[in-house]
Amino acid sequence: MALDKKYLLTTRQMATFVAKGFLRFDDVVPAELNERIMREIDAGGVKASRAATPLSQCYAGTAVKEMLDMPEVQGMIQSLVGPDPLFDHQAVHVRQPNEAAAQGMHGDSIIDTSRQAFDVQLMYFPHDVPLEMGGTLVVPGSQYRRINESDIARYQNFIGQVPIVCKAGTLLVLHHGIWHCGRRNQTDKMRYMFKIRLNPRVRQLRLWNTEDLEQAQGGFKPLFTRETYVTDDIQSILERQEPWFENATGRLEIVNRIKMWRFLTGDDHFDAHYWLTRIENEPQNLELA
Amino acid sequence: MSQKKQQVLVLYLANSALDSPVKGWSVYDGTGRSRPTTGDGDVPPYQTGLDALLDGWRVIQFPQLIPPYPNMEYTTSFQQYEFIFERILEV
Repeated sequence: MALDKKYLLTTRQMATFVAKGFLRFDDVVPAELNERIMREIDAGGVKASRAATPLSQCYAGTAVKEMLDMPEVQGMIQSLVGPDPLFDHQAVHVRQPNEAAAQGMHGDSIIDTSRQAFDVQLMYFPHDVPLEMGGTLVVPGSQYRRINESDIARYQNFIGQVPIVCKAGTLLVLHHGIWHCGRRNQTDKMRYMFKIRLNPRVRQLRLWNTEDLEQAQGGFKPLFTRETYVTDDIQSILERQEPWFENATGRLEIVNRIKMWRFLTGDDHFDAHYWLTRIENEPQNLELA
Repeated sequence: MSQKKQQVLVLYLANSALDSPVKGWSVYDGTGRSRPTTGDGDVPPYQTGLDALLDGWRVIQFPQLIPPYPNMEYTTSFQQYEFIFERILEV
């Protein structure tokens, strides 16, 4: 049955994903389902399928399948990687009680160089995660950096990093490149996080609810004025820098976001606050009137 | 008998100037008195690199300014402005 459009992501949510590299959905999975999934995890019953299995064929008869079939979850998945993506792998991440140290900062898998297609990772938190339990730490806006896995393990803290402190049933959906780690668990209890990586099977082109796309993008505006930034339009979302960005490199991150937005919308002329239009201007290539 | 032990502070600054704002940081404590780790703080130890000097840290490495490789001008990767400091303590 087709998914009701109201469950798809909005244009502003998509732009936030493009800018920050993740979206969070707090307390979205019902308590009763969280408890059943925890029991399945504890019993070792959450079995991984072979890599490249369509997601619809994974987790048959389990509470995890019920969670993945929730329209809210399908809305995230379909908006970002399309219908019935491929299952890549899963991991039940466990942080032991009273740990001496956190996991080092890293990006998953290996360096991912030139493609714009992206995978998503669902991170599901089946129980409450208070700050002293750590929570997964994510570095917003880090997803386009070209690094290889634990090359970045020496980075301990960034201004604006986000420890995921959340209620049971919270889901994160992340671009595969985002920097993250498991923070130190300083409680007496084990901490669990269940992760699934998904690969798209379709060109990631306007898969979300695009009803407001044209209006939300805006056109050229006066630059470096109050008018440039006041509106919460797509351009402003894409240009909002993270607190940890360096002055100069932060501007290049805006370019990365604009390029991703062009890819997702199919609009090769989209720009945010003129950053790319300026450097793409080559009048010598235009025919003289 | 006391020994001299090294503490290392790494500050990631906003630009190549030592007095620019801190964007990220790491600490390694050779005295064994503390065990800093990933994600253990939201507030930087200093507001700028210069503030660390004023507090007695010695800068032991400046990041070099390296022009971008051809065709990599728009590629983002590691933090570029990594300043390394040390402090020697008697323990």
